[in-house]
Amino acid sequence: MYQYDQIDQTLVDERVAQFRDQVARRLNGAISEDEFKPLRLQNGLYLQLHAYMLRIAIPYGTLSSRQLRALAQIGCKYDRGWGHFTTRQNLQYNWIRLEDAADALADLAKVQMHAIQTSGNCIRNTTTDQFAGAAHDEIEDPRVWCEIIRQWSTFHPEFSFLPRKFKIAVTGSPNDRAAVRVHDIGLRMHRNAAGETGFEVIVGGGLGRTPFIGKTIRDFLPRQHLLSYLEAILRVYNQFGRRDNIYKARIKILVHEIGIETIRDKIEAEWQAIRDGALKLPQEAIDQIAAHFAPPAFETLLGGVAPEYANAFRTDFEFGLWARRNTFKHKQPGYSIVTISLKKEGEPPGDMKAEQMLAVADLADRYSFSEIRVTHEQNLVLPHVKQSDLPALFKALKAYDLATPNVGLASDIIACPGLDYCALANARSIPIAQQIALRFKNWERAHDIGELKIKISGCINACGHHHVGHIGILGVDKNGEEFYQLTLGGSADQDAALGDILGPALDTAQTVDAIDSLVETYLRLRRNSDERFLDTYRRVGLQPFKEAIYAAA
Amino acid sequence: MPLLKDGNLVGEDAWLSVADDAPLPEDRPALISHARWQADKEQLVGRNAPVGIRLPNTVDVLDFGPEAGRFDLIVLEFPKFSDGRAYSQARLLRERFGFGGELRATGHVLQDQLWHMQRCGFDAFEIAREDATQAFAAAMRSFSHVYQPTGDGRVSALKQRLAATRKQEAAE
Repeated sequence: MYQYDQIDQTLVDERVAQFRDQVARRLNGAISEDEFKPLRLQNGLYLQLHAYMLRIAIPYGTLSSRQLRALAQIGCKYDRGWGHFTTRQNLQYNWIRLEDAADALADLAKVQMHAIQTSGNCIRNTTTDQFAGAAHDEIEDPRVWCEIIRQWSTFHPEFSFLPRKFKIAVTGSPNDRAAVRVHDIGLRMHRNAAGETGFEVIVGGGLGRTPFIGKTIRDFLPRQHLLSYLEAILRVYNQFGRRDNIYKARIKILVHEIGIETIRDKIEAEWQAIRDGALKLPQEAIDQIAAHFAPPAFETLLGGVAPEYANAFRTDFEFGLWARRNTFKHKQPGYSIVTISLKKEGEPPGDMKAEQMLAVADLADRYSFSEIRVTHEQNLVLPHVKQSDLPALFKALKAYDLATPNVGLASDIIACPGLDYCALANARSIPIAQQIALRFKNWERAHDIGELKIKISGCINACGHHHVGHIGILGVDKNGEEFYQLTLGGSADQDAALGDILGPALDTAQTVDAIDSLVETYLRLRRNSDERFLDTYRRVGLQPFKEAIYAAA
Repeated sequence: MPLLKDGNLVGEDAWLSVADDAPLPEDRPALISHARWQADKEQLVGRNAPVGIRLPNTVDVLDFGPEAGRFDLIVLEFPKFSDGRAYSQARLLRERFGFGGELRATGHVLQDQLWHMQRCGFDAFEIAREDATQAFAAAMRSFSHVYQPTGDGRVSALKQRLAATRKQEAAE
């Protein structure tokens, strides 16, 4: 993975020093709270309902075991021994004291980490496929491009005060695990007719109160032009994006209002002026970054099934369930990708205790070349595990309550922090997620239902991605009571779609029951067990589901 | 309000800001609005003393840019520090249209924006601080390296690394 050199380290250290100075100037009254707010936000420090929340950047979701250990230690030292993994592949501490914030950032800098680009109207931390560099279906490792984007976008002098925040996601696989069609810019790597890799560039996707699926602005962008093209897009957006209304300031609204053709003309014209300038990437520079992401020292193993694995699969039923749901095919024969579910039924999605982080760091050292990934679905990944090690790894994970075999199932729910923590929320998300997950705790039923993505947001800002859930749940406030509006048929994958509203909002108890009814309806209607909830919905439409929920009323 | 040019305090601004309906001074640099420039262009072109212009951040620099060379001063506006349109205007004026005169930031100009402004090509700042020169000096010390190439001449991290590798290879 990427290792800082002296330049990167100096910049992060200088950033900590700068923030210390800003805090000092705030405390001695040299700057007002209004002026300080964006500065603390630029360092990931939010004021939430009960305390300050510090959001740590995990660039493109990649962590070393050393970094995960540091996150555990910081969680113990400055928080309550917990961390919360987010849909942006980041980590949040929910109980930070203002006076500790600079020290926490200094501790992070010691392990090449920071909180830059986690807030503010800047280019945010770039996200990608959690299986990058490991997945069998990958065309090219997207982390190389994420790191190139990270450097270009860090402290960008022109784009630090954009109309609104700006999110870029990259996928190197045709099977999109990075939700690139619902980002301000989505980059999908593919090959042109000549066999060269490049990017499909998608703009104007996004969720929030006005969700849009992104539109393709360029089918194929050669690799060496990536940064000049991004700069052209951002320059057009910075000048022409709306600034009169915060809710209409994202690039998706600009694309919607002036139209994809007009914005394409502007961007292409700008790009023509800068494409062969200083941002053009020499192959040597790409190679230099790519060298950081060279594959680890895999053993040469035969294809086929390792005996240890086959044996455990036969004799240990729980292992079999887990291996079926929580592993994914690796590109290297004899290796697997393991997803560690942070969705034990009844626990807050994405939360992790410090001792669990330490355990995973140790397991990564032992079984996965010291590498860990964070997924946008709020789980962790050990990307490079020998298949013959899977039984031992499963046992070790189980001892820390980290072997829940539910990846992609109904209880693998994305949920925002909701009204339990967030100052913007209208309703709680976590308790709904907990109650629904408990309904699907029965493994037999859950595995029979198969892939079902439930996503919960506590308000219209859609941090829980409800628009793209197979079942989406949106918390709304009705005269001071928490209600939930359901949507069906959303997807964040390569076949991205926004969900359709099912009907009037339901109260908490009705909501949990309704999820059950929707699932029962699906089980009744599906053609066979290979037809997923989403497939059945697309085939039969909203009506039967609507009837199942509202007919009796 | 204190005015900094290249990091130094300017005792008295040589430029006289002229209202749209007031006559221009014959012998003194005059700063006019973009609206006046558009209305009185033909008359202003023949003027001998220097002319500066205030460019609202809603003006498309691609339209204005070809005329930038007629001015010795361009003032760009930050109505709020969070309104960052003028950063793009500045880079386009310097890097696309080769504007070589004074590029002045006015409005809500804060210490923590000076680094960005300077990187985008601003060389003069109206900043509401009694210790303006110290604030500027502190801001210029913010970072020792940059990741992005802009028109400010600093060498990006990427180019620094490439140069280091090439030097190493040449030595071997």
